[in-house]
Order: sequence, then structure tokens, then C-alpha cells
Amino acid sequence: MAHSAAAADAAPIATTGLPESRDARALHRRVFIGIAVMLVVLPFVLYPVFLMKVLCFALFALAFNLLLGYGGLLSFGHAAYFGMASYLCAYAAKTWGVTPEIAVVIGTVTAALLGLVFGALAIRRQGIYFSMITLALAQMVFFFSLQAKFTGGEDGIQAVPRGHLFGVISLADDRVLYVLVAVIFFAGLALIYRIIHSPFGQVLKAIRDNEPRAISLGYRANQYKLAVFVLSATLAGLAGSTKAIVFQLASLTDVHWSMSGEVVLMTLVGGMGTVFGPILGAFVIIAMENYLAQFGAWVTIIQGVVFVVCVLLFREGIVGLFARLLKKPL
Amino acid sequence: MEFKGFRAVNGVALQVKRGTIHALIGPNGAGKTTCFNLLTKFLTPTAGTIRYNGRDITRMKPADVARLGLVRSFQISAVFPHLTVKENVRIALQRRKRGDSFDFWRSETVLRQLNDEALALVEAVGLTSFSDIPAVELSYGRKRALEIATTLALEPEMLLLDEPMAGMGHEDVDRTAALIRRVSQNRTILMVEHNLSVVASLSDRITVLARGQVLAEGDYATVSKDPRVIEAYIGAGHG
Repeated sequence: MAHSAAAADAAPIATTGLPESRDARALHRRVFIGIAVMLVVLPFVLYPVFLMKVLCFALFALAFNLLLGYGGLLSFGHAAYFGMASYLCAYAAKTWGVTPEIAVVIGTVTAALLGLVFGALAIRRQGIYFSMITLALAQMVFFFSLQAKFTGGEDGIQAVPRGHLFGVISLADDRVLYVLVAVIFFAGLALIYRIIHSPFGQVLKAIRDNEPRAISLGYRANQYKLAVFVLSATLAGLAGSTKAIVFQLASLTDVHWSMSGEVVLMTLVGGMGTVFGPILGAFVIIAMENYLAQFGAWVTIIQGVVFVVCVLLFREGIVGLFARLLKKPL
Repeated sequence: MEFKGFRAVNGVALQVKRGTIHALIGPNGAGKTTCFNLLTKFLTPTAGTIRYNGRDITRMKPADVARLGLVRSFQISAVFPHLTVKENVRIALQRRKRGDSFDFWRSETVLRQLNDEALALVEAVGLTSFSDIPAVELSYGRKRALEIATTLALEPEMLLLDEPMAGMGHEDVDRTAALIRRVSQNRTILMVEHNLSVVASLSDRITVLARGQVLAEGDYATVSKDPRVIEAYIGAGHG
């Protein structure tokens, strides 16, 4: 590699930043192996249904973080893509009786199309105005879901059949379904990692850092922003669809604004702009919801406290803190 | 150009000849940066036309103007702070060599083939020992040098430099002036600069702006003797 010689004589200041390097890639490979091992071991320790919930939300948070951490775009309406995908997947599986993988694809494509339309509107504005447009559009999706017939209103779509994967493998057993969810999660993670570390990802980071400068170099920034918006919405849709199959349910909770807030929380607690942070963030938040359920409404307060403490003590999130200590991007 | 009824630049018939260094000077608020923003399409003129190589670019988008080879720098240093020095230059090379990069499925290792060229440009501005650190950690003068290297990576036909020496120390000014002279071969440069000795030594032609209008135009000897120019500068509190 051409730059290795130059890297050697850059020694005086080279260690203070977090540049992408071979070193970092080697570390990332180890993290990937670690995650793969965890995916295999954890179902023997924790409940598969709990783990599947964590994985669905982790994928959702990863998709959200792609937009926020690498595109620099804060969406307050990601529940729209997650929830609509969830509805369409559930509807396709239940009413049309398609196999689960087709249902998931239908849900994911729905999210992609919704992301294309909403993204095209939202990226015309920047900063808080962008966020407000995404929120407003997501609220419209919520009211649509409340009124429309096929969503089942307050009841949602219940008793969605898990069905047979490819029409052959029954997903009724949680352990079998877990394998599928783990594979979807891992593939999603790998794709997001690749997007971040692609020529496209480089341009994205440049636009996030300094948009006017990227434009002055000849990049049509809005097209890149729209592209990452659609990618993020699509992957959020994949997470929502998978969730519908796992819980055999699509409901208003999935399109509610608090779902959009929760994914922001997961990303910030785990570490915005870190590749792996949202996974840990999702794990922490879902674990709190599950294991602190006995405290009832207090869970929200406890989450709020955790969030404030996180932002005050380590603004860069849990994984962001590790990255700083290791002096390597994670 | 009008901002809510205020005419920032009015009737400026600016012509820049190919292959020359043209300086745009004038007291603060004269409309120099506005002119830049108009030429590079970051602002759209209320009236008038902008031609580049005989082509009307008045209604074009900023990114498309850049693709024609008309590239600007910014008054406040414009680097990508979280990319390394090498990556900063490479992102410009990436645009010139690959066009658009929507290939999110490909590994960024395909960009390694641009590393040699990027490092050559980094070396040309004397930043070799910083090539792998994030741009945010560079000193101000070095950020300006990096910005020039990034701009040069596009091999622009015409460069618009907005106060390239602003806030620089003495050594940096000399180094940057030498660099500008070196890159001006086969290129057209239009620059805004307050440092008059730099303007005097570098530019072939000077346009003086005041209150959004052209006050005088010519080479340094002519312009510096013009009584209206002297009055505008002293009147505005400049030496």
C-alpha cells in the first residue's frame, strides 16, 4: 500500500485522531467475529424471543445511525419506515398468505418507496427543519395507520403466521426463527459496514463534515443525501418486517412517534457515528424495558435518567467512549 | 444581486481573461465575496448573466459549475475535519476520476489507486508528514494549504480563491504566494485578497470594488494611483 511509508514518518501526531487505517480494519474484523460468536452462544444463555427483539431493534438503530452518524441527518420520523414495513409484511403474510421471506421483502420495499418520497421532500431543508419535516410526515403515517382499514386500527394486525421459510422450513420453533433473525441481522450489519466503508461512504462523510465544500468539489450533495436516506429507510423496513414475523404482530406502537424517539435514544446511548454502538444501545434499552418491567411506568423515568447521565458523562456514547480510549474508530 | 432590497452587487461587468491572475479588491462590504458566490452559483443573481468559456452558466447548479472546471475556495478554511489529510485530497480526486460515487456496495479499497496521486499533491503543499492525521488537527495555515491541494486535485481550469492569505503568518503568506504562482501555469485565477503586497506581486490585473460597483480596473500601478481608490480605502479606514 502506497501510504504505509508516509504513515511511518507521520509518527509525531499520528496517534491523536481516529483515522481509518489497516489497524482499525483488523480491529473491526475481530469485533465482527466477536459478534458472530455472541450470536451463536447467547441463545443458550438468554431467551431467544428477547434476543430476537434486541436484534430487530439493533438493526433498526444501525439503520438510523447510518443516516445520523454518517449522513449527518437527524430523522425524527424513522418509526414510519419501521412501522409501515411491519404492517405490510404482516398483512402480506396473513391476508395474502405469502411465505415469510416474501412478506419481509414486501415490507422492506414499502419502506424503501416511502423513504424515497419522504426523503425527497425532507432533504430540501437542513438542520432542525429537516428533522421537523420527517416528524410531520411520520405523524401523517401514524394517522393513516389509525384510520386505514387494512392496519386494523387500534387492534393492529394480530396472529400473523410465521409460516414456512421458502415454503419448506417451519418457523414455529423460536430457535429456528432465531437462526433466521440472526442471519438477517448479521447481513444487515455487514451491508451497513460496507456502505460506511465504500466510495459512497467517503463522499457521505465529506458532505456530513462540510456540505458547501463538497458541493464546490462538484458533488451533488442532495443526491447523496437522498441515497443514504433511502438506504436507511430500507434497512429500518427490514428490521420492522422481521419484527412483525417474530412477534406475529404489527401495531400502532410501531409507527408511533415514541418509536422514533426510542431509536434516537438507542443510537445516542450506544454511540452515534460509531459502527457498532447502536447494537449495544439497543441491547441496553431493550434489556431495561424487559427486566425493569416490574417498575411499570418508572421504566420511562429510569431510561430518561440513563439517557441524561450518558449524555453528560460520555457524549460520544458507550462505544464512542471505548473508541476514544482505544484511539481507534469502532 | 439584491438581498431584501439591498443591492449588494450592482452592474459589475467583470471580465477575467484566460491564463491570468486577476485580483478583486476593495474595502469590507464592497461585494467581493458576493461576486464569488454569484460566479460559483452559491447565489443566484437577480439580474444579469454569467458566462464561462462563452457558455451561459447563470442558471446552473453549484456542483455542475464545479464540474465545468470553475472551482472556488472559501474565506473560512474549508476542509473536511474528520477525514485525514490524504482523504481530503482524495475525495476531490475521486470526483474527478470516478465522477459520481454511488457504489455503496463496493469496498473503499478501490480508492487506494488514488493514494499515490493524493500523496503527491499533499507533498506539493508540504504536508507529507501530516498525511494520516485528521484535518481538524492542522494549524490554520496548514488547513489553507490542504484546501489548495484539494482544489488542485480537481485540475480546475479556473480557480476562485477567496482571501487565500487571510489570517496567515508571514512565512505562510510567502509559501502560499509561491504556490499560487506555481499553479497559475495554464490556469486562470480570480482571487479576493486584502494583503496588497501579495496582490501587487501576483496579479496581472486588478478590479477594485466599492459599494457593489466597479471603482477602477487595471494593473497595480494604474489602480494604486487612482484617486478614487485611495479615497475609498482611506475613507473606509484602511491603509
